[in-house]
Amino acid sequence: MALAKRVIPCLDVDLGRVVKGVNFVGIRDAGDPVEIARRYNEEGADEITFLDITASHEERDTTVHTVEQIAGEVFIPLTVGGGIRSLQDIRTMLNAGADKVSINTAAIHEPELVRDAAARFGSQCIVVAIDVKQVSVPGDAPRYELFTHGGRKPTGIEAVGWAIKMAALGAGELLLTSMDRDGTRDGFDLVITRAITNAVNIPVIASGGVGTLQHLVDGVTEGGADAVLAASIFHFGEYTLGEAKAFMADQGITVRR
Amino acid sequence: MIPRVAVIDYGMGNLHSVASALQHAGAAEVVVSHEPQVILEADRVVFPGVGGIRDCMEAIGRLGCDQLLDQVLNVDRKPVLAICVGMQALMSHSEENGGVACLDLLPGEVAFFGDAQQSDRGERLKVPHMGWNVVRPVMGHHLWRGIEPGTRFYFVHSYHVVPDDQAVIAGTFDYGLTGCAAIAQENLFATQFHPEKSHTAGLTLLKNFLDWDGTCL
Repeated sequence: MALAKRVIPCLDVDLGRVVKGVNFVGIRDAGDPVEIARRYNEEGADEITFLDITASHEERDTTVHTVEQIAGEVFIPLTVGGGIRSLQDIRTMLNAGADKVSINTAAIHEPELVRDAAARFGSQCIVVAIDVKQVSVPGDAPRYELFTHGGRKPTGIEAVGWAIKMAALGAGELLLTSMDRDGTRDGFDLVITRAITNAVNIPVIASGGVGTLQHLVDGVTEGGADAVLAASIFHFGEYTLGEAKAFMADQGITVRR
Repeated sequence: MIPRVAVIDYGMGNLHSVASALQHAGAAEVVVSHEPQVILEADRVVFPGVGGIRDCMEAIGRLGCDQLLDQVLNVDRKPVLAICVGMQALMSHSEENGGVACLDLLPGEVAFFGDAQQSDRGERLKVPHMGWNVVRPVMGHHLWRGIEPGTRFYFVHSYHVVPDDQAVIAGTFDYGLTGCAAIAQENLFATQFHPEKSHTAGLTLLKNFLDWDGTCL
């Protein structure tokens, strides 16, 4: 008996509303995060990820309040990311009821934050989010680098080496998002997903591009991911979590039913 | 009588989820505290824990929670539920953080999974053991009531407990090795998994804890 592969709906939250765009533009309103989290919990989500995509300091109180509300009635693990820059930010989110926090840009500017956070709060609650784009041209060996600011700003940092470094610093899990695929519904970038799942010995969540249930399956079987994350296929009622898991189980993947 | 529950707060991480889940499961009142008088007044006690064992043990000692737990468990004999690092802290010793002496209320070790765990199909198993795994009850117990065979609970840990007395193991999980998922001994029940994060199965277990009389019969 193995661990079930996890299916994680993601709430991208802006000013207290769940939104989802295509390549982070063309944002569409999908509703109240607490209500949506409750629905996903009832449908059998294995975890919920909450990404605060505005994450300006003025709105931080709204986010904390929403996290408190979700944690008060949804009894599955909750990861919160977006604008996490310090040990104090992590403590605030954990105290609000998050089980894990996702660190993204701050890990790039200050890798020691990952080490310090893991030492202080335990690796189990430190997720490092890695947003990547392919930078190699077709025909060359694939190379992926980290991008920040919703995929607009290059960093020059190579993705696989970065993943290994984050794991060594104490990250308990990696949330890998292909910014090329995010919002496109073309499926995960399986090349970088496989490269990173092979390279580290911590769980990897595949993210970015899910448009069909087969994409979820591919993320596990071809990408080697421990968990698959999707947003829009669940938000707009195309599929329920239950349908997604039934489809995965039919393809021979162990899921929690 | 609807029970009043005290969740022991020794300053390590968020206890909001544990408290909300207990309330959801039917507790009349949940207090989160490290004040002895508050905890000693409660009908039953939850001993949670997250984070590194060294910091946990330091906080437990500093706040006097070691003596308090001994009182609650062995003198007042209230029903106690220990969760995750709370369970690990009850053992004699942990390998984590270079080796840390624990409370020794349950003789045994807390051991690292190791970096080379493999499933019986030869797949590499990652550490931490993070996610939903099947818990196999190996003892009849009030807290397992209504939990179907094959039910999954949420785990997140890199160390696992190995009690000296195998007879106290109430449930197991498989992850390269057969690990101890739960311990039951007299008025103590302890879980390596997180019932407060295990959806309906977890709430069922918490509800069972709330109407448990504290015996292993």
